[in-house]
Amino acid sequence: MKTASAVLGRELRLALRSGGGAGLGLSFFLIVVLLVPFGTGPDPERLRAIAPGTLWLAALLACQLSLDRLFQTDYEDGTLDILSLSPLPLEGLVALKALAHWLTTGLPLVIVAPVLAITLNLPGDAFAWLMASLALGTPGLSFLGAIGGAVTVGLRRGGLLLSVLVLPLYIPTLIFGARAVASAAEGTDPMPALTLLAGLTLFILALAPFAAAAALRINLR
Amino acid sequence: MSIWKFANPVQFMRLSGALLPAFSGLTVLCLAAGLGWGFFGTPDDYQQGATVKILFIHVPAALMAINAWFMMLVTSMIWFIRRHHVSALAARAAAPIGAVMTLITLFTGAIWGEPMWGTWWAWDPRLTSFFILFVFYLGYIALWSAIDDPEKAADLTAILCLVGSVFAVLSRYAVFFWSQGLHQGPSLSMDQRENVDNAFYWPLLLCIAGFVLLFITLVLLRTRTEIRARRLRAIEQMQAQQAAPRPMEAHKA
Repeated sequence: MKTASAVLGRELRLALRSGGGAGLGLSFFLIVVLLVPFGTGPDPERLRAIAPGTLWLAALLACQLSLDRLFQTDYEDGTLDILSLSPLPLEGLVALKALAHWLTTGLPLVIVAPVLAITLNLPGDAFAWLMASLALGTPGLSFLGAIGGAVTVGLRRGGLLLSVLVLPLYIPTLIFGARAVASAAEGTDPMPALTLLAGLTLFILALAPFAAAAALRINLR
Repeated sequence: MSIWKFANPVQFMRLSGALLPAFSGLTVLCLAAGLGWGFFGTPDDYQQGATVKILFIHVPAALMAINAWFMMLVTSMIWFIRRHHVSALAARAAAPIGAVMTLITLFTGAIWGEPMWGTWWAWDPRLTSFFILFVFYLGYIALWSAIDDPEKAADLTAILCLVGSVFAVLSRYAVFFWSQGLHQGPSLSMDQRENVDNAFYWPLLLCIAGFVLLFITLVLLRTRTEIRARRLRAIEQMQAQQAAPRPMEAHKA
């Protein structure tokens, strides 16, 4: 327990204090949402129609783009070797790192999303559902990303490959998350999509650390 | 005699070399007969005209697109459990074939869809899942070519194949949820077996057999190439080691 909190604390401090950690993902989220109206035109009705999908897509990309830092820096300076020798199982370590990634990338997105939803003319009823769906979905994105990060950790230019590997895995989460918000915006029941999203995230949280730890063991061999 | 005997590359090369001509011949025979019968020996559909005959390529390609991934999953697990290199190389060999089968499915589907549905592409669940499958193939192939160490590459792609299989299936059902949720349009599926008349059934079966044989032939061929490439690499490394003077000897000279 002490080891776990030490690792988590280290991850959080690193993310917050080293430049371009947590804040950068948030800035990326803002910029993507800013760019969308330039692509589609400023018509409020059209923006209202695409708001759920846009917000979810921007959040997903912001989560994904910071993934290559998840294991890469620790792998390069040898910290990962030392961490893998700690009494903590590697699966636990992966889960903690993914949790830290979510706390510094996913959680800020959940909090900022309603502000940006106003600019995209999302109906007021859907705001709570937007936050709920992002809060339930983005942890899954961080944990899935840990698999991609672990698989590509030894590669010198793994960044683009990481996107190609991880983004297809995000499809179910994106579908259920965006659907929940869209249902709420249209005035239909968002619960079916939201419960499926929660189930999916729990499934990912339970199994992804094992896949990611297996990949890390291969890369540390 | 156990089947694992053929996990030995030498045994595999011997057996596959002996089987390859037979499989190639059977493939040509089945495809020529099936496609010939299908294209020229079946009547035009009363609604779809001659367009219906694209089914003789579309359906077998779609079957093989999915089964190629399934084969990769099985061989990846064999690699994980028993560490047979031939198994990992067979998975690597099958991936581009599966990707091309997926592309053939999508393209023939588009060619059929344009006159029938009036559109080349619709975000129908079935079409979308094949699109997703194609992306999974791309990621798998990209990961293989990105890692230098062959054993590490085999391990990591096996993990990706396992995770990808789970998410390919999940995506398939999620896509049904998504498309029905967006528009309760009519289902565009036409693959119900009971829809296919006997006149189409037998040539279709022959074409499917031809595609299965084609897949086996190509996988054998490509696995043999991979084994030879691996052998070549080993020889080159050995030569390079022999050619380079050992540090001690260089010092003496």
